[in-house]
Amino acid sequence: MGVEGIGASVVRKEDRRFVTGRGRYVDDIKIVGLTHAHFVRSPHAHAKIKSIDIAAAKGMPGVVGVLTGQEIVDDKVGNLICGWAITSKDGTGMKMGAWPAMAPEIVRFAGQAVAVVIAETKNQARDAAEAVVVDYEELPVASDIRAAIKPGAPQLHPEAPGNVIYDWTIGEEAATDAAFKAAANVVSLDITNNRLVPNAMEPRAAIAEYNDAEEHFTLYTTSQNPHVARLVLSAFYNIAQEHKLRVVAPDVGGGFGSKIFIYPEEMVALWASKKVRRPVKWTGDRSEAFLTDAHGRDHLTKAEMAFDKDNKVTALRVKTYANLGAYMSLFSSSVPTYLYATLLSGQYNIPNIFAEVISVYTNTTPVDAYRGAGRPEASFVVERLMETAARQLKVDPAELRRKNFITTFPHQTPVIMAYDVGDFGASLDSAMKAIDYAGFPARKAKAKTEGKLRGIGISCYIEACGIAPSKAVGSLGAGVGLWESAEVRVNPVGTIEILTGSHSHGQGHETTFAQLVAGRLGIPISQVSIVHGDTDKVQFGMGTYGSRSAAVGMSAIFKAMEKVEAKAKKIAAHQLEASEADIVIENGEFKVTGTDKSIALPMVALAAYTAHNLPDGMEPGLKEGAFYDPTNFTFPAGAYICEIEVDSGTGKTSFVNFVAADDFGTLINPMIVEGQVHGGLAQGIGQALLEGAVYDSSGQLVTASFMDYTMPRADDLPSFKLSHTTTLCPGNPLGVKGCGEAGAIGASAAVINAITDAIGNNKLEMPASPDRVWHAIHG
Amino acid sequence: MYETTYHRPASVDEAAALFAKGSDSKYLAGGHTLLPVMKQRLASPSDVIDLGKIKDLVGIEPSGAGIVIKAATTHYDVANSDAVKKAIPALAHLASLIGDPQVRYRGTIGGSIANNDPAADYPAAVLALGATIKTNKRSIAADEFFKGLFTTALADGEIITAVSFPVQAKAGYSKFPNPASRFALTGVFVAKTPAGDVRVAATGASQNGVMRVPAIEAALKANWSAGALDNVTVSTDGLLSDIHGSSAYRANLIKVMAQRAVTAAG
Repeated sequence: MGVEGIGASVVRKEDRRFVTGRGRYVDDIKIVGLTHAHFVRSPHAHAKIKSIDIAAAKGMPGVVGVLTGQEIVDDKVGNLICGWAITSKDGTGMKMGAWPAMAPEIVRFAGQAVAVVIAETKNQARDAAEAVVVDYEELPVASDIRAAIKPGAPQLHPEAPGNVIYDWTIGEEAATDAAFKAAANVVSLDITNNRLVPNAMEPRAAIAEYNDAEEHFTLYTTSQNPHVARLVLSAFYNIAQEHKLRVVAPDVGGGFGSKIFIYPEEMVALWASKKVRRPVKWTGDRSEAFLTDAHGRDHLTKAEMAFDKDNKVTALRVKTYANLGAYMSLFSSSVPTYLYATLLSGQYNIPNIFAEVISVYTNTTPVDAYRGAGRPEASFVVERLMETAARQLKVDPAELRRKNFITTFPHQTPVIMAYDVGDFGASLDSAMKAIDYAGFPARKAKAKTEGKLRGIGISCYIEACGIAPSKAVGSLGAGVGLWESAEVRVNPVGTIEILTGSHSHGQGHETTFAQLVAGRLGIPISQVSIVHGDTDKVQFGMGTYGSRSAAVGMSAIFKAMEKVEAKAKKIAAHQLEASEADIVIENGEFKVTGTDKSIALPMVALAAYTAHNLPDGMEPGLKEGAFYDPTNFTFPAGAYICEIEVDSGTGKTSFVNFVAADDFGTLINPMIVEGQVHGGLAQGIGQALLEGAVYDSSGQLVTASFMDYTMPRADDLPSFKLSHTTTLCPGNPLGVKGCGEAGAIGASAAVINAITDAIGNNKLEMPASPDRVWHAIHG
Repeated sequence: MYETTYHRPASVDEAAALFAKGSDSKYLAGGHTLLPVMKQRLASPSDVIDLGKIKDLVGIEPSGAGIVIKAATTHYDVANSDAVKKAIPALAHLASLIGDPQVRYRGTIGGSIANNDPAADYPAAVLALGATIKTNKRSIAADEFFKGLFTTALADGEIITAVSFPVQAKAGYSKFPNPASRFALTGVFVAKTPAGDVRVAATGASQNGVMRVPAIEAALKANWSAGALDNVTVSTDGLLSDIHGSSAYRANLIKVMAQRAVTAAG
């Protein structure tokens, strides 16, 4: 039975329903009397709504209701909130503009909803939405950071003069400046971190059902954290009380962060379901996903690194402008600050760091956490600087990194994070060996004779996962705690249900979480079910993001399991007339060590529920819950190296090899870990080579479909060579660190370092499209 | 999609008659252009007349010194046709590069050239090979057929029935796909006639759709080799410039793709 425990590459239990088309997504849910919502969206990026005429739409066939932004304001539905308060360097709070779920007066990005039509069928709703006449007065547009911060820029929100939301700093400025003055060498880079569109396979969707008699709402929605959705919807939006709102996130087809947030559409669906007294469904299409799912990244950064005469890094200075779009999404404020600048030390011993982050409003879709969330941007800054420094200092890039690695732990960086454990040299060694780093110069020379430009690029990333110690994040401005909860229910027949506040939307929790339980008890994973994604079933939870489900979610299960096992051992000892201390659990049996006496788990469970013969004073039943609050972040780290070839005639980059050596601590299911790394690498490579959201100067999203937004496809990617070096995380009982975001965090710098190495020009922006690479080669 | 009336005629004549009857009729071939714009509600034809089920419009036939591909023949069938591979392997190769397998199973040669998308592959072959477009009314030489972006010499309601390709002495196609859409960012078809003339057509590059490239034709006529183009400069005048490629980049691609097409042609 141990073959299905931790460390086994067990085939995923959930895949039977997914690969046979029997998953149950929001759009699959059928409810009697269902109506369909279609949003009327602004075609303009910035405009004043002079009038909305809904009379014609109301009279269209099948229309149940037409509701506008003014009505949602009149009904006192709360504005969307941002859950992390950031304080500027001058001590003032962040300058947040109001974001009503539908715009009553001003629209600030193309695609923002101004009204919604509810009708009997989807097509009727769409027909009637076309009959809503909105008279707009167009306003000047700030479509990117530069346009938003220049003097005389169009002003988005009266609350944020100059469109600046906050100007925040971290680290010691004076000491950093002094270190730069004393430096033997300084390396400097201007970096654009390109804006990305998450594009989960399943678009967002919501079904809201209002029960008049009970004054109770049910919301089925594509969420990574249904409890957080319920909390925010009830506490801030004045739509439903928490105990009168059930939120269900059934099968969800990918999130990558974009389904953490509470969006206007589900708020409107809930509100509208009560207004029209009918269940209301909205399923976004791909175009709406491009226009309204929170985008990721979008930084402009100037970064400098100081070195002493021995090529040791003495200081890092970073100034970043972050584009948060037209409104502040739920965790947008934290992404370019505490999830970004706190990782700027990378894997290196950097005594002085100072970073300033200025977040600005633009007339674009809101920007928030997307796979990696701040950490890819930080890793890119540090690893591009390291590579640039190696070239400038004329030293081997691997050796420069090795010289500056942190080698003793715990290590306190100058930017909050205290790294608990790691072996950065081991990951780099593993990656260098896998790619035959020593043989590269010969391969490059050979490629040159064949007319090809070959390059190699290294990226040594570190990230902070297992988000997060509640007290720590609370002190930094977070509005929530980031613990997790679990409940272990042993049924009277010995099967087990695990209720978890984590949410699986592709991660494979139904398998990995079962592996933990099955391994501890020595039973098959088929005897264990995972229950998640329903606020009526699961006690509470903070959901899945930030590579936290193993480190935090499974640790909660671990704690609950310990409680269950302790009680079960008491029962077994009582039944077997043995000492509790002598009971061990093996292969689903409770055994008395050194004897042949044992009792099987189902018999222990049955005894717990019949309660005919329990120890004196023991309560019946076998069910325990636990909340787990981590003591620190976890720090997955690794080394990625890629070797590429550039076709100088077309600028096209092809992969020769890509190796990844990661340290994730304990691996629960190596096959699933591999899949997570593959997916992350695809997104990191996608950012480096392919993906980029582009707005024109009028604020129209030019890359609003797959015809223009280049999603990575299988034939864009190499076969990855993965390896693992392991240091166990001391901060949680399982020794796990998290693996979901690593690929997206580490890959892009490796790719850009390799291309710039190949072409001999360090000035290259992402995505490094063939056009851009060709221009970088030929001018 | 708005409501429309769908027709499935059995003959070209019946299709043309149905077209004339409708107030705003559209022919449907593979549907890759028409159906998406209908779904986006950007087109709302009164009548959709499906040409795909007309038996006379499907098939590939050798014809004298050439090959005739009937209009509703799919890209997949052209790419895998022994007759095409034997007569004009570059044409089968071109068809094999269009879209993805799903597209190649449904898309048709007639639909592609009637639509004349500036980034479609087929127009480059039709123009470079000097093909003749046969319609239900007449025959049109390739040089007279393509009239600019999404515009052709076809009259309203006129139906392409076949494309007749002559076999040239040499022919080659090289395509650089748009990374996102996989349409041709630039594709170049080169052909050398038995008489020694050279015809070169580029797709994806020009603001006016498929175009001949005289500078490259002249250089290749003098010396049919990739190296002959090393010092040729293609003008950026009239070339497309967008997020996927500047006009300078496309001008370069015309040359580089032409060189690779010549190499492929042998």
